[in-house]
Amino acid sequence: MKLLELRGLVASVDEKQILNGIDLTVNAGEVHAIMGPNGSGKSTLSNVLAGRDGYTVTEGDIELMGTPVNGMSVEERALTGLFLGFQHPIEIPGVTNMEFLKVAIDSHRISIGEEEMNTRDFMVQVRDISKRLELSTEFLKRFVNVGFSGGEKKRNEILQLMLLRPRLAFLDETDSGLDVDALQVVAKGINEFRSGDNGVVLVTHYQRLLNYIDVDFVHIMVNGTIVKSGDAQLAHEVEAQGYAGLGKA
Amino acid sequence: MSEQSPSAAHDFIGKEYAAGFVTDIEQETIPPGLDEAVIKEISERKNEPEWLLDWRLQAYRRWLEMPEPTWAKVDYEPIDYQAISYFAAPTGDKPKSLDEVDPELLRTYEKLGIPLHEQEMLAGVERDPDTPRVAVDAIFDSVSLTTTFKKELQEHGVIYCSFGEAVENHPELVQQYLGTVVPPSDNFYAALNSAVFSDGSFVYIPKGVRCPMELLSYFRINAQNTGQFERTLIIADEGSYASYLEGCTAPMRDENQLHAAVVELVALEDASIKYSTVQNWYPGDEEGNGGIYNFVTKRGVCRGARSHISWTQVETGSAITWKYPSVILRGDNSVGEFYSVAITNNHQQADTGSKMTHIGRNTSSTIISKGISAGSSSNAYRGRVRMNPGAKQARNFTQCDSLLIGGKCAAHTFPTIESQRSDAIVEHEATTSKVSEDQLFLCRQRGIDAEKAVAMIVNGFCKEVLRELPMEFAVEASKLLEVSLEGAVG
Ligand SMILES: Nc1ncnc2c1ncn2[C@@H]1O[C@H](COP(=O)(O)OP(=O)(O)O)[C@@H](O)[C@H]1O
Ligand SMILES: [Mg+2]
Repeated sequence: MKLLELRGLVASVDEKQILNGIDLTVNAGEVHAIMGPNGSGKSTLSNVLAGRDGYTVTEGDIELMGTPVNGMSVEERALTGLFLGFQHPIEIPGVTNMEFLKVAIDSHRISIGEEEMNTRDFMVQVRDISKRLELSTEFLKRFVNVGFSGGEKKRNEILQLMLLRPRLAFLDETDSGLDVDALQVVAKGINEFRSGDNGVVLVTHYQRLLNYIDVDFVHIMVNGTIVKSGDAQLAHEVEAQGYAGLGKA
Repeated sequence: MSEQSPSAAHDFIGKEYAAGFVTDIEQETIPPGLDEAVIKEISERKNEPEWLLDWRLQAYRRWLEMPEPTWAKVDYEPIDYQAISYFAAPTGDKPKSLDEVDPELLRTYEKLGIPLHEQEMLAGVERDPDTPRVAVDAIFDSVSLTTTFKKELQEHGVIYCSFGEAVENHPELVQQYLGTVVPPSDNFYAALNSAVFSDGSFVYIPKGVRCPMELLSYFRINAQNTGQFERTLIIADEGSYASYLEGCTAPMRDENQLHAAVVELVALEDASIKYSTVQNWYPGDEEGNGGIYNFVTKRGVCRGARSHISWTQVETGSAITWKYPSVILRGDNSVGEFYSVAITNNHQQADTGSKMTHIGRNTSSTIISKGISAGSSSNAYRGRVRMNPGAKQARNFTQCDSLLIGGKCAAHTFPTIESQRSDAIVEHEATTSKVSEDQLFLCRQRGIDAEKAVAMIVNGFCKEVLRELPMEFAVEASKLLEVSLEGAVG
């Protein structure tokens, strides 16, 4: 089952072309890593996939779960199973993490004709996931991302991932700014999430995340295009040689 | 509130403003225009004593000399006070019991979810022995239709009735307190109200009594070209407690209608009054046509030591709101509070806030104001905290937060602090934030649609105020916030 297919994707932000032709296929059961220097267009790609305002596809196609995304709103894409892990999770003062998670899971359930989740079941499930991510119950009562440390913000993204169980997770630099302990917790969450039914795309600067997560494919992105693809071995080459040589390959 | 409106057209537009229907009923009105003869006629129709008519006429004469205030941050065409009718009431004598009330009127309250039968609960509230019961005073245009639970309240010595009945049955209390908190000369609209006020609620809680239920006054404007000028007076005698709620709605009409009320609260020693308002007057349409001009004077005086007055308001309706519920802290150690959510959308304008006047020693006050502006609306907080020379060790804390939705609306804050004490502690915090595109994107990416997301963020923003409301009112208020913001995000 193809979860994501990009064919010759060219896209711009505010009239400025950033993505210059990307081909990528992610099947169920696969984990991909996209690596590339700052400014190569990785976050832009995630926003384009999600259908964010201001990001325009000018050429090529995007298919999510086998359906072209043309005309689909941000929430429709989310509800068909696309999940973005944010590089910089935004704060929502006044809204507790718990409330936010409840509204999010209920939106997913209502979209497939199910009832809102029973509060008790919800609490049990959220507490269980939090525990596995080494997050306290107190954490659930705090406002979304307000005053969270870098590590807490990223673990909170994984908490949402594990609760919402999307088909395709596109995780943008979930490893940045984490110490080794937090990195291990985040990797554990992603490993628990991955299954034969879903797919994961890890966007990362560093090879170190791949010490904890086995990936099937590695893609190198430079200047808005994928310049090289390979297996996990490619990540080690990048680590050793840098991106400089690869750009011209 | 989910009941069908009488006509299909109303049904369609009524989606945004559920209370916008008209009750088709025979009315007696005094023709538009205002002079001493009109005031005499109002007074006569209400069988008022001589002293009250004199009081009205004096107020009217003062009003004639007063200029209309222009300092508020609101903008509207001059009001033609001669084009307004100052009295409207359903035809016939005042009904003696519910059986005598016109069934069309009963249906109106049914649609609005306001229980006029004592066995009913507020709409949407589950029957639960822990939920406090609610006594209702239903005011339709210029008259009170009925007040529920009167007998039971009487057993506790609590007087809860229409203002007119209070004048008739408790003239000494009315005469003792009327105009003592808001004198007729206080301001232009208070003077106008004092001259022409029609009906309203009267509450007296005797010494040491904790009022056993919530008291709800529900104001409904129905008649066309008519102003509503209600007058409310609440007296909490020593050591007593009352929680009073106020709700209001009006049909959707193309012309603006004036609502100029006066509310006076008196708290004696150790007494406590909690006054909650959910204001949902018709706000006008998306282009800014029609809607209520809500020009209201609300003030309480903490007369006795350790008395406590708390105002909580959720202002979602009205084309223009001009309203500053205030507390005069006269008694030593008395406490004044003001919690406010004011939301404006489309072309609504709100200029609202509070005044806290510290006179007694060791008095303290809190102001928490949350202003939310969307569409092309304008929302202003205006506050004044004054520490008089005798207000030894007085304290005030003011927090004033504005939330903007979209790029065409505006928020303003005009705080004034006048302190004549060096030992006073006055703290003021203010923030302005925006519902950002980033926040909405995060929510939508998690499957939450934009309107739901805005409602969630706004509810979070107002939480500190909403939790001051009695539970059943808080539920209603949350829903109203959501409805008020419909169409606020593209
Ligand atoms: N809103 C925007 N307007 C114009 N240029 C942008 C905008 N957002 C990103 N860019 C540019 O797009 C390029 C790719 O950025 P980004 O996708 O954030 O890269 P990465 O995530 O790989 O570091 C950068 O040159 C950046 O400056
Ligand atoms: Mg990036």
